[in-house]
Amino acid sequence: MLRWILGGRESQSAVEKNTVLFIGEEQPKNSYTELQVLKGHFDIVRFLVQIDDFRFASAGDDGLVLVWNVQTGERLQELRGHSQQVTAMTAYSWSSGSATHTALITASSDRTLSLWDPETGNRVQTVSDLQSSAKCLLVLDRLDLWISGGNELCVWNRDFHLLCKTDHHSDAGITAMVELPKNCVAAAVDKDIVIYRLCVTSSKMDTSIAEIRRLTDHHDSIRALITVSDQMFASGSHTEIKLGSQKQSEMSVQHLASDGECIVAAVGSGLYLYNVSSRSVVAYRKAAHDSSVLHTMLLPDGQLMSCSADGSVRMWELQDLPLPAEPASAGFFGMWTFGRASKHASQQAKKVPEVPGLRTLELTGDLIGHSGAVQMFVNFGDAGLVTCSADHLVIVWKNGERESRARSLALFHKLEQNQGL
Amino acid sequence: MIGSPDLVPFTNEDGFGEAYVDPCKIPEEFCVPLFPHSGNANPWSKTSYAKFTKDFILISEFSEQVGPQPLLTIPDECKVYGTFDLNYFSLRIMSVDYQASFVGHPPGCGYPKLNFVEDSKVVLGDSKEGAFAYVHHLTLYDLEARGFVRPFCMAYISADERKIMQQFLELSSEFSKASECLKTGNRKAFANELEKKLKDLEYTRTVLHKETELQKKNNGCFSAQAVEKANELANIEKSIYEHKDLLKQITSYPNRKINDPEFLPYESVNATDSTEVDQEHTFSDYNSENQSEDISIKRRSSYTPQLIKAKSAKCFDKRLKTLEELCDLYFFHQTMDQLRLIEKTFRGDLCYIYTSQIDKALLKKQKITNFLFEDTDWEDDEAVIHFSDEKQTLINNLPPPASMLSGEPVSLDSYTSCVETVPIKLEAETEEGLHETELTESSPCELMQDNSDEGIDAEMKGSISSGESIEVLGTEKSFKAQGHTVNPDSVPNLQLQPEVVRRRIITRRAYSEDSIEVLSTTDSIIPEDLRASYPSAIYEEEPPVETCTDAGPNQISVLNKAPGMLDECTYVSGAVVRADASCCMGTEGQTYKESSPELAQECCANGIVKQEPQSCHQGDPALQVDFALEQTAFSEASPSGHPLYELNPNCLSDEISKVTLDDMSDSTSFMSASTSSDRTYSPVLCGNPITVKHKKKAGQSALRFIRQYPFAQQAIFCLLSGRVLVVMGADEGTVRKLVNALSIYVPNVGKYGESVKQWLSSPLQLTDLQNWKLIGLHRMASPTGSSMMHPLTRYNRYISILDIDHKTLRCPPYRGSLIRRMVDHRTQIKRGSTYFMHVQSMLTQLTSKAFLYAFCHHLHLPIAEDEDQDTVASRRANLLLHQLGYNEEDCRIMQFLSELIKHHYLHGPGKGVSLPVLSFNYITSILYKI
Repeated sequence: MLRWILGGRESQSAVEKNTVLFIGEEQPKNSYTELQVLKGHFDIVRFLVQIDDFRFASAGDDGLVLVWNVQTGERLQELRGHSQQVTAMTAYSWSSGSATHTALITASSDRTLSLWDPETGNRVQTVSDLQSSAKCLLVLDRLDLWISGGNELCVWNRDFHLLCKTDHHSDAGITAMVELPKNCVAAAVDKDIVIYRLCVTSSKMDTSIAEIRRLTDHHDSIRALITVSDQMFASGSHTEIKLGSQKQSEMSVQHLASDGECIVAAVGSGLYLYNVSSRSVVAYRKAAHDSSVLHTMLLPDGQLMSCSADGSVRMWELQDLPLPAEPASAGFFGMWTFGRASKHASQQAKKVPEVPGLRTLELTGDLIGHSGAVQMFVNFGDAGLVTCSADHLVIVWKNGERESRARSLALFHKLEQNQGL
Repeated sequence: MIGSPDLVPFTNEDGFGEAYVDPCKIPEEFCVPLFPHSGNANPWSKTSYAKFTKDFILISEFSEQVGPQPLLTIPDECKVYGTFDLNYFSLRIMSVDYQASFVGHPPGCGYPKLNFVEDSKVVLGDSKEGAFAYVHHLTLYDLEARGFVRPFCMAYISADERKIMQQFLELSSEFSKASECLKTGNRKAFANELEKKLKDLEYTRTVLHKETELQKKNNGCFSAQAVEKANELANIEKSIYEHKDLLKQITSYPNRKINDPEFLPYESVNATDSTEVDQEHTFSDYNSENQSEDISIKRRSSYTPQLIKAKSAKCFDKRLKTLEELCDLYFFHQTMDQLRLIEKTFRGDLCYIYTSQIDKALLKKQKITNFLFEDTDWEDDEAVIHFSDEKQTLINNLPPPASMLSGEPVSLDSYTSCVETVPIKLEAETEEGLHETELTESSPCELMQDNSDEGIDAEMKGSISSGESIEVLGTEKSFKAQGHTVNPDSVPNLQLQPEVVRRRIITRRAYSEDSIEVLSTTDSIIPEDLRASYPSAIYEEEPPVETCTDAGPNQISVLNKAPGMLDECTYVSGAVVRADASCCMGTEGQTYKESSPELAQECCANGIVKQEPQSCHQGDPALQVDFALEQTAFSEASPSGHPLYELNPNCLSDEISKVTLDDMSDSTSFMSASTSSDRTYSPVLCGNPITVKHKKKAGQSALRFIRQYPFAQQAIFCLLSGRVLVVMGADEGTVRKLVNALSIYVPNVGKYGESVKQWLSSPLQLTDLQNWKLIGLHRMASPTGSSMMHPLTRYNRYISILDIDHKTLRCPPYRGSLIRRMVDHRTQIKRGSTYFMHVQSMLTQLTSKAFLYAFCHHLHLPIAEDEDQDTVASRRANLLLHQLGYNEEDCRIMQFLSELIKHHYLHGPGKGVSLPVLSFNYITSILYKI
């Protein structure tokens, strides 16, 4: 109850405002008809990392890292060690021989970095007493190295040996990093993007790092940084999103996601879909959620998923507008904007004819379960969708029909094993 | 001629007729034996002359001081046995003990030897009292008792002799468990007692030794005092030796059943015994050896030995230990629980017991689906295993014994635990008991059958006390026991009596090691007045009761043989009494007088008078409510019009159930007032398993619900399709009652009702929806109420809300036909229990369909290689929608039930009672109003 009031305050007020978008209970395109609540965390769950096809790890402000089985909902391991909240987590895989090993690297506010074995739950490596706590982690698979970004950028190898590091940055520190071609790394440091180049020798022990460029186009601190393709990366800041020179939004970019062709930007409570090649907005929803969108994902077939501080996950479909003239009529927008939303509708209606080739993001379903802000989600495809939230819960959403089929299969398998009832 | 009738039986016998087997015929093991047809006899009437209203368990003791006496009854209320004469009956049942409990100094043995006696199991009847009993004799050890044994018996007393006879095996096995438990506790207590006594003796020896030395020093070696002291010392030495031997015997109680009476104490596995383990201490952490060693030392030092007087006190001066003192407390309570369970199990009419036994047997077979809607009685077997497991853990946790305080240390190896072997022993005993009974089963059945017919005849003739009574002849045991302690003068006196000798012969004949005795009927006519005088005599005064009744059956048996010997016989009994009483209380004159025929008449009158104050119970209206049904069921006055199941006292009439349901809900609400704040799951009935009884009571409320609310179908559809139903209201009592009522429709409700939350006063959470399928929710008017309501609107796609204050229901529509018959607001059913049965049968039908649906291979898997999932899905839809004619909502019920079955089959019942996933559908809800 307390959790609901405290953790969910934001979302609560948002919901009480009456949703701008309301899909209703009839959601034929929504295949998630089964949910499983995974309890184990005691504080906000912020990070989800997929380990392999059936395992994922969750971590959050309670410093706990839990490893789960997405199929059964079983808690496989409990990784304890961090005394403070986990600030970043990433999976680190390497192959030795034919087998691929996957470990987890976590960074915590207690200024430690740890490497965990999700099989055994052991803390394999740990580094403590760092000068600053790392806020982001980047694994360079190609080089078999990984980088931690805090107030400085440190390059580590698999055995947790510090290979090199940069000078002390401003107090803001590095908030995001992406890997660039030619052994380069882009790091977002407050308003700047700094590009470093790694000089890796064969022995790796005398790796060095040097700043080669600094991009200062942003006017506010950068929140998101993603790789779009080999040639491009995108960054989002409080006021704008940069992609080359295109300038579009007025609000903070919370999250960016890209499939190489399009970039979806979570701007405030809205969603904007940019086409990289045409460098234009393909579709947008100014009020996609009742509260700021925290995480987005592009799925194949023009599907889009977003989660928000209002506690919901929404699924969108990129649809062509039936007729260019049609959208102007209020009737069309009336389908998804009920009652009070008429203002938005008219605004959007005005904009529609302005941009030719504009498509629409149609709400196809929503997942309501969390009572706090949904921090992020991981899609396991057929196995389901995992969401984590400020209400301390992790929820696995599954396709009920598929699960039922799987259970039937298991049943007949067991029947065969038992040779009858 | 082919068509001649002679041929028909011939072919039948030849087996040609057996080609056709009726498919609807129930297998033989599930058949209820028919009531033996006896003319126009009314099956309900035969027990009307019993003085008690329902079956009970009586524990009696053959006290060496006062003779047979009742100790306690279960249930422990005098209204149960009413005017039934417990004293008299105790006498009867104690007089049939055939145990070979020969204790004392066997020839060729220098010291007393304990016999580990088999329990004996006897059926006896008293047609005059209308009482029939299964009697289970056992002996407990008591250091202060004569020969160290105290004979006890537990009797299951019923007015229905067929019940006793036909449930003999079950009774025997259940009582064996109880007896074994009690005896184990007793062995423990006895060993402790011995240890203490040994300490006393050792102490006495040292004191005496000192004194002897002193005497020798002062008065010389051969002074009278010194010799006396030396003798005393020798006595003590001997006593110590004997006691040590006893301790060895008792602690080396055989692990297995050893039929050989001359068994040897064999090696023990480990020594586990303790002093005074009571329930609080039982599971304390005395696990480690060292720790317990310390404790035992401490305990040893804590006990201060006492000086034992040279001459031990007269046997009758001391107070004998009570049953509770004789037994370790933990085991005593276990025994009482077991006996209470027996009483509960065998409550009600025989046909009800039969039906429920068959029910259980059938349910047990339905391993795959019985978890859905059935109560969990079929888990009983597991419970028994659990019980023994529990005992094993207790035993493992017991600290090792305080070793004996003696000069020559008895090695721990020879100190076999008397406790550790319980679980194994229990099994062995039961099996053997069953085996034994099988051997002799047929004959008592026949006898009893005959006798019951006779009983009915007798009853129809109107005679109250006929001669047909099943008698068990007295054993010599009682006499022998007395013979040891009676005054030397009276012993020859007794033995001169020819009757005594004859009786001994009789009992020798009847005596056997085997536990089950077949009773013989005595056909000879007994003077009615004399027989009647016995119970009245017992009522006359309390102290002499037992001594008088002691002689009762013996006397009767003698009377049966030769009524002419009356005088002699009474004299015999008198002599016995006097012999006993000389050590006792000195009431011999009275008892002697009472047995004389002159006074019989008067006593009889007394008896009638005496009975009146006792019968005042029946005037008590509260009691009458309780027993109204049974009274009507058993009484002659209402032979017809009562359905069979009403004989089951569990199935109360509606009025009563209403009252009790209200009581129940009140009490639960009281209980929950303090606990409702926490979020831990609280089962429906304060942690007790839900029984059919609760469900039947809920049936009445459910019936009211479906009559009152036209949208009951929709609500029940929600429950059956796995959608969470929230019952919301401001009044806790009303909400709880409705939740209780609706819980009969909840599939897989769990043994303790884990899927149901009766009352929730905190905001609903998603995890609640996963755990509970039916939730009673508090509607709060306070400002926090809005936070209560918020989750309801947020999660409204997962839940249906039944608002009992506004009488509305918000849920998806139901247009199917599956549950229409189950939830018909125009139903003609009046009684809650009937309705529950109706619902149960409909649900069973549903379950069977769901089972077939879940296990039909073609519906879920492709038949051919090239078939894809869509084909299978369409085949599935085709079956449900077209062949079975279900609509979409009905399909959902099927699917939900089959998912539950699948999950249960795959994961078993252990892993969470409810499906740990929440399934839902995206369907629009509709608001229903009255």
